[in-house]
Amino acid sequence: MAAAAVLALAERLRPLLEPGAVVTDRQQLRTYECDGLARFRVMPAIVVFPRTTAQCQDVVRACVEAGVPYVARGSGTGLSGGALPRADGVLIVTAQMRTVHEIDIDNQRAVVDPGVTTLQVTREAAPSGYYYAPDPSSQQVCSIGGNVAENSGGAHCLKYGFTVNHVTGCEVVTPDGEIVQLGGKAPDPPGYDLLGAFVGSEGTLGIATRVTVRLLRAPEAVQTLLAGFASTDDAGATVSAIIGAGVVPAAVEMMDALAIEAAEAAVACGYPAGAGAVLIVELDGPAAEVQHTFAAVQAHCRDHGAVEIRMAADAAERALFWKGRKSAFAAVGRISPDYIVQDGVIPRTALPEVLRRIAELSGDSGVRVANVFHAGDGNLHPLVLFDESVAGQAERAEEVSGAILDLCISHGGSITGEHGVGSDKARYMPRMFTPDDLDTMQMLRCAFDPAGLCNPGKIFPTPRLCGEVPGRHKGAHPLAQTGVADVF
Amino acid sequence: MSSETAFVHGVRATEVARAADEQDVAGTLRAAARERLTVVPKGAGTKLDWGSPPSTVELLLDVSALDAVVEHVAGDLVVRVQPGLRLSALAAALAGAGQRLAIDEMVPGSTVGGVVSTGLSGPTRLLYGTVRDLLIGITVVRPDGAVTHSGGKVVKNVAGYDLGKLYTGAYGSLGVITEAIFRLHPLPEAASWVCADFPDEGAAGSAVAAVLGSQVVPSAVEIHRPVPAGPISVAVLLEGVAPGVHARCATVSRLLGPGANTADEPPMWWGALPGPITLKLTAEIAAVPQVLRGLRQAATATRLDADVRGSAGVGVLYAGLPADAEPEPAGRFVLAARAHCREAGGCAVLLRAPGRVRATVDTWGPVAGLELMRRIKAEFDPDHRMAPGRFVGGI
Repeated sequence: MAAAAVLALAERLRPLLEPGAVVTDRQQLRTYECDGLARFRVMPAIVVFPRTTAQCQDVVRACVEAGVPYVARGSGTGLSGGALPRADGVLIVTAQMRTVHEIDIDNQRAVVDPGVTTLQVTREAAPSGYYYAPDPSSQQVCSIGGNVAENSGGAHCLKYGFTVNHVTGCEVVTPDGEIVQLGGKAPDPPGYDLLGAFVGSEGTLGIATRVTVRLLRAPEAVQTLLAGFASTDDAGATVSAIIGAGVVPAAVEMMDALAIEAAEAAVACGYPAGAGAVLIVELDGPAAEVQHTFAAVQAHCRDHGAVEIRMAADAAERALFWKGRKSAFAAVGRISPDYIVQDGVIPRTALPEVLRRIAELSGDSGVRVANVFHAGDGNLHPLVLFDESVAGQAERAEEVSGAILDLCISHGGSITGEHGVGSDKARYMPRMFTPDDLDTMQMLRCAFDPAGLCNPGKIFPTPRLCGEVPGRHKGAHPLAQTGVADVF
Repeated sequence: MSSETAFVHGVRATEVARAADEQDVAGTLRAAARERLTVVPKGAGTKLDWGSPPSTVELLLDVSALDAVVEHVAGDLVVRVQPGLRLSALAAALAGAGQRLAIDEMVPGSTVGGVVSTGLSGPTRLLYGTVRDLLIGITVVRPDGAVTHSGGKVVKNVAGYDLGKLYTGAYGSLGVITEAIFRLHPLPEAASWVCADFPDEGAAGSAVAAVLGSQVVPSAVEIHRPVPAGPISVAVLLEGVAPGVHARCATVSRLLGPGANTADEPPMWWGALPGPITLKLTAEIAAVPQVLRGLRQAATATRLDADVRGSAGVGVLYAGLPADAEPEPAGRFVLAARAHCREAGGCAVLLRAPGRVRATVDTWGPVAGLELMRRIKAEFDPDHRMAPGRFVGGI
């Protein structure tokens, strides 16, 4: 974007927002050049901080009029470069929109601004005995707006589902600069499920400016165990036995020896010494139900060779079990100067085979891989370790990381379970989807954003030109013909 | 193609084509695109009279022969099926592995494709979610004949747009479903229903609120009011391990009061739509009693015997009117219901009704985001040949 054009747009934006909410200073812009995926960096031309829906709409309209691309960003914790700015565009940061508008216990809903953090929703609802179920590991800082864009998951989505299953309404500034209300507190609005399509669209279909989410009644009982095994095979067999017995745990997490080593070094979580794998299994629900099932889960662990089983006696012990797991990504920094956090999914039953293949890949390439995963739903987070200062290591790590995604695809899985496609994985999309599949997805994009200005360049390896819609409308709008449709 | 006589909503289909497999569907749709024929897909045909009547049906595409369970990996709790498969047949196929698809068969004989296309979820949506929540992957043949996929066969997956959401409840207006992949749940070891009757809307509403506010984790909380000013039954489904269900039934019985009784079978009215004229009504959960009151008044004013039931625990009700309801009062009932639902934050849609009733009132009512919906339709089906006129706003 030419300097003069940036200046002109910034001058246009300044009166629309609060003083200081339009940033063009290079030093300040630098803060926003990447999200949680720091490998991709682009300095935006302009960063703006709207505080209201109307300001957000004004900014989008100004961008559309100027033909300038824009990208929305929440807390910037995304791991796929979904909020990577455009050098020729505006970065719209919604982090200043952080009002909790309503905690409506009677209707089991919360209405919040996009900049409200995920954990804050639960904190606000907790005194009434309710909580917000999605719990991405970054829940203390990540924002609801970002969760909506990425359809965030978390450890407990095995039982409770993802963001899309918990959002019942969204106020959206569309790529046209219109404000539409998709859904609300009541379920099932008539028409296409625009809300379902919007959640998880990685900021390419508009900007959520107010979000209505479901609040769940807090469970009566929670029981958590930590079990150590000699190998990931034993731990994997245990998970199969638990699921096979008809148990749906709230969470089942697995870490391998290298991941345990890292977590131990970082947070001294005290996991069983010398274990080849640990499992964290959490059950929640009505007390009588949990008590009965928890005994069965312990038996499965013992039957499959658990060398040690610990039960969390209280919330503090439970938190300690989780501490090692939740800090695992960052902890890897203790045992390796650089690492790639991968996010792939396989059918759970393919777990033993895929783990063996990952071990082979690691052995053949000399690249160490630590495995942390949501074992209940087959969502792998291999951490591929390398040292950038050693020539060739980064490239080899990148190759191993890509080969792991190929493994996921060849087993009928997915290239991302929760981190999103973003800037990082657009090039892998053709391995998972056909050109027709991708073309069809982009039809949705064209319907929302014909000008292609809303977070362009993400998800799809090649943009689809949004053509003119043919004028023939055979048999269309019979209600319009009879004069009824105009009532809408 | 055959020349048998078939109707969609009273509109005669010029031709009927029976597809044998996905390639057949694709070939038929390519041919229909060349000939610029309007197409309505059909499974078992149990809900063909839902939605608005199509403007024309030059080709009725029958996919009921695509009725296979393509893949069931019990260890992954995932099943891949064809659209013509009946829910009952799927349930039987999964039961052997101790699993189920948690979608209630609200209309007997329904197929997988039909429940996806109408987005019809029953009582257990409270705990397990709706059709769109359980659908994890889908194959759809586009109006131009291209076979396209979205999602996949793993539950956790955020690669690309989740078009399954868009196709769910689209009434066949965007393409023809040829495969659907669902997440499954284990069949519970035990299930019990706790039921009680309440004299009025307020008392029933308080009972529902008490159960929702408790920690018993019900699978469903349903209500039924068979006659407009009569008592209201509340029924709560509890599922799980036997000792757990037993303990939770005791808790729910206490919450519902002295008249509560526990049974191993659902009440007669459970999970069935009232009718034959049927409205779907939505509301914020806490506003359900207010809607019930409004419906009682509307029934009194129109002198119609409205049968009201549904998932009070999520804010979805269905109202049934008798077959002999006169169009004018039936239309007034719909408008009154729509106003009450609107007050309650929801909507009222006429699901099924004879043409004479539909002629008096709009099927869908106000639709938020209609302009975006029209643009989606124009992208997917630029010639407007798929189920034309059957969906909202004349889509």
